[in-house]
Order: sequence, then structure tokens, then C-alpha cells
Amino acid sequence: MKSYLDFEKPIAELDTRVAELRATQDGSSDIDIEAEIAKLAAKSEAMLSSTYGKLTPWQKTQVARHPLRPHFVDYVEMAFTDFVPLGGDRLYGEDCAILGGFARLNGQRVMLIGHEKGHDTASRVKHNFGMAKPEGYRKAIRLMEMASKFGLPVVTLVDTAGAFPGIEAEERGQAEAIARSTEACLALGVPMVAAIVGEGGSGGAVAIAAANKVLMLEHSVYSVISPEGASSILWRTPEKAADAATAMKVTAQDLLELEVIDGIVEEPLGGAHRDPAQTAKALAAAIEKELAKLSKLDAEALVRQREERFLAIGSL
Amino acid sequence: MSWLSKVRNSLSSLNKRDTPDNLWIKCPSCGEMLFTQEFEANLSVCPRCEHHGRITAKTRFEQILDAGFTVLPTPEVEENPLNFRDTKKYSDRLKAARAANPYPDALTNASGTIEGYKAVLGVQDFKFMGGSMGMAVGEAFVAGVEKAIAQKCAYIICTAAGGARMQEGILSLMQMPKTTVATRRLAAAGLPYIVILTDPTTGGVTASYAMLGDVQIAEPGALIGFAGQRVIQDTIREKLPDGFQRAEYLHDHGMVDMVVHRKNLKGTLAQLLGYLERKEAQ
Ligand SMILES: [Zn+2]
Repeated sequence: MKSYLDFEKPIAELDTRVAELRATQDGSSDIDIEAEIAKLAAKSEAMLSSTYGKLTPWQKTQVARHPLRPHFVDYVEMAFTDFVPLGGDRLYGEDCAILGGFARLNGQRVMLIGHEKGHDTASRVKHNFGMAKPEGYRKAIRLMEMASKFGLPVVTLVDTAGAFPGIEAEERGQAEAIARSTEACLALGVPMVAAIVGEGGSGGAVAIAAANKVLMLEHSVYSVISPEGASSILWRTPEKAADAATAMKVTAQDLLELEVIDGIVEEPLGGAHRDPAQTAKALAAAIEKELAKLSKLDAEALVRQREERFLAIGSL
Repeated sequence: MSWLSKVRNSLSSLNKRDTPDNLWIKCPSCGEMLFTQEFEANLSVCPRCEHHGRITAKTRFEQILDAGFTVLPTPEVEENPLNFRDTKKYSDRLKAARAANPYPDALTNASGTIEGYKAVLGVQDFKFMGGSMGMAVGEAFVAGVEKAIAQKCAYIICTAAGGARMQEGILSLMQMPKTTVATRRLAAAGLPYIVILTDPTTGGVTASYAMLGDVQIAEPGALIGFAGQRVIQDTIREKLPDGFQRAEYLHDHGMVDMVVHRKNLKGTLAQLLGYLERKEAQ
């Protein structure tokens, strides 16, 4: 079942027409219809290519939030092997908005941590739509510290609208948990690579993204506040989200230019959701490449590189 | 303009005492009409309900530091790096904020002593664009910590911010790890870091340096939290508990060491520094 975004309507219409023609063939093969299908399919692909070649920041935000976009659990399957999930913060509970555990990346042992949003109603509820509570961040801290202890590089996959805004999260110290998680990233004596694979939403994202190298998938977004949030606060209307997305510079391309990220991982034509396996392959290769470079640095140099990286942002 | 709204306006310009408008202010908590001079003499705390009013960085320096402190220069950063505009240009908002405030951005440091103990004190001023954290705040925080390390003394920060400065987009978010690099360096130097959470401290500021103090102090009644109350209410659609995200609530939930009345703040800091100061520095 395909799911089209609003701006993909012309593509959806072509695809529907192709599907209808295929159905009319009903096993037999009509040469004229075959030719028509080929023509329409080519047109659809060309349109997809041109649409995705010039997505606006707001359109990219929608692609980044696409319900079929691959998530943490998909990458565990397709980009890593031998995943051993590890649970709990040893303080309060198990928060499934952030998952983590041992994994192998092309054979290499890593600690893999990331947000999981869920794919259907039941799993979205289970994973709280990828919005972590303090226990999620405290689990991330525990896993990062263990990784440092046993010399495993840390890989994080960031995909959250933001940390959970709720009474119990505040009560249990959401702000402190995020601050400590960011601090734990900065303290790591092992290489850390973060990849924004969908939405990098504010403090809830940066808490597991203060890494040596930060990558973004081509159509992912990373921002201090959601475009909707910025629209309602700065423009005092919910109508200006598209303008806010543009003004805040939320795209991978913008962030590379601002030197906030280190690289962009290309997505398949039409976005990651059109070919999750290909996306996973490209992501794995990009992370592996960064880890290989970082493996040449000792613990002290890794900490220093990370510190200099963030100190430089905003310094003249 | 009604008499009452004149009084309300004067609340936002407590430092200008020379016009008759500013003779009286109304306590935003209990509604009591207070003689401005008396209110300020009482450290801008309402004598009737103990509401702690918001104060400027300059006033805060004077209340906490011994006489003879030095205000440190605010480091320069790239201005309006995203060339941002919403309903107004960010550069115009900055200009307006600078015209209305004595210091060039929302965080200012001063170096001095507290009852004889050396310290660098950073103060965020809510009057400057809601105290919001952009590159200038991040850079000032780092500079304040560096000064403390150079002087082998404590860094103390009075936080006040609605959160990150959205007009600087992702660059404001990046101040969270940036300031955390500084607190880690202060810790590595074995120097104390004390946080005084003042009204209001929310968002990315709370979720970074405001929660990383060796000792966490909050002013009575201060609003302190990660998520804004309206956002929480929109998400959970429940009534928020009484006193939610107030200093006393955070103390009850183990998030701060103590809630300290403004009149006791300086004494408390001196007492703490007496315990935290490195032996060799004495
Ligand atoms: Zn009062």
C-alpha cells in the first residue's frame, strides 16, 4: 500500500493510471497498452525525479515524517546484524521511544541507540511516537557509558519530533536527563557517529547527537523547534509552518552549509520510503566510513575533536 | 492609556525611576500596589506575598557580588547568521533589544567576590529577547567559564530564558552541547559550578547548562521546566497539578538542592563556596 504526500498528487495520478491499465490487461498482453504503461511509468519517474530534486524545506519535513519512512527497527534489520537489544535505565523503567543494544555493522561491534516512532497504531503507542521520557535518555546514558567501558563505537539514529512533553516527564527530570545525555555523548572515549534519519527535533534529538560526526539522510530535517511551533510562536498563527521551515534552515543541505553536520547520505529516488533497503545500505556505508576515520584517534583526541566541533559553532 | 496599564508598563522598566509612572508597581502575583522604591529596596521581592520579581543582570550583580566587581565584555558572534525574519527582521529585534538594555545580549558575566570568595557570575536577563539562548549566549557562557578556569574560581549562573533563540535556528540548538563542553571543562579543572534557576527557565536552557550544576538553587516560585505548559496541556489534555514546574515542585521531585529566598542568596552562595573552593586556592 503506497502512501502519497499532498505534493505528490500528480505522481499518484500517473501511478494509479498505470495500475488501472495493468488491471485491464488481466493476464493477456496488449502491445498498445504495454506501450502506454511504459510511457506513463517513465513520465511518473521523471516527475518524481524533478519533484524530489527541488523539495522545499516544508516538503522535506513531510518526507522526513512520512509514515512509511524506514525507522530504527528497519535499520536494525537492514543495515546491521546480530542486534542484541538492551533495556532499561535501572532507575525507573523501560522507555521504548529510545531503543538500543549491541549490533554489528559489517562485522564491526557497535553500540546502536536510536529513537523508534512505530509503524502502526499499536507500535506507535508502544514507542510513544518516538518521544522519549527521562528514562529513555537515562537508558541511552547507560548504554553509552557501557560502550565507552568496553571500547565499542557508538552509533545513534535520530528520529524524533522531540522529547515527550508531559507531566510525568517533567516530574522525573526531562531537562536533567537530556542535559546529562548530551554530556554523556561529549564524554565518550570511543568514536560516536550520529545520523539524523527522519526528524531531528530539538533537545530530544541533540541529547543523542552530540557526536564526533553527524550525518543526515538527504530528506531528513533537524531543527530547534518544529516549523509548526515556530509558526505559532513567532508568526502567532499555525499557518506559517512552511515559511518557518524555510527561515529556520532545517534541511540537510542547509545544515551542511552551516557546518552543523558533516555529511549527507543520498536517498533513493523519491525518498527513503520508496526503497528502504537501498537507504539502509547507503546509511551503513556512510557510518562505516566515518567510524573508520575516527578509529585512528585515541580516547583523548576523540573527546577533544568532539569538544572543538561544538565550541566552533557560533565562534567568530 | 489607563492609570493601571501605565503601572503595568512600569513593571517592564523598573530601572527608570524618574517618571511619576514608575512610582508605584503592582505585584503580578498578589496584586498589591507597591511603592517602587520600597519594592526595589526589598530586592524586588513583594513584601506581602514574597513574589520574586524579575530583575536585570545589573541589579543581580549588585545583589550578589561584593562592591568593586568587573562586568566582563560580551564576546562578539556573527549576527543574524540565517538572515532570519518572521513578522520582523531578527536584526531589527536585536537592535530594539539593545536599545532597551544595557548589555549587548541576554547573558552577561561579571568577575568579583562573594563575601570574599572569588567567583565569576553569569546572569541571563529575561528582558533581552526573553533571555533566549543563541550564539551570543552560548559564547558568553563559554567565556565566563573560561574566565573562572583562568582565575581558578567558581562559575555561578543565574538562568532565565524562555528557551533557545528560534531566530538562530539550529545554531541556537547547538549551544546546548557547546555550553556543556564548558561545564565539563570547569568540572575537569575541579572548580565549582553553581546554578541559580530564576523565573522563568525553560526549554533548551533548562535541558543543558541549567541542570548540570554541582549545586542547584532555585528562587521561590520560579517557573522551571523543559516543555512549556501550553504544549503539555495540548499533548495530554489534562489539568496540570498545582504548583507544576515551580521551584518548590522541582525541590519536591529531587531536581534542585534548595529553594532560597533572594535575601539569603548571597549568604548561601558564600557558605557553599566555603565548602566547594579548592584548598590550594585558599
Ligand atoms: Zn505580592
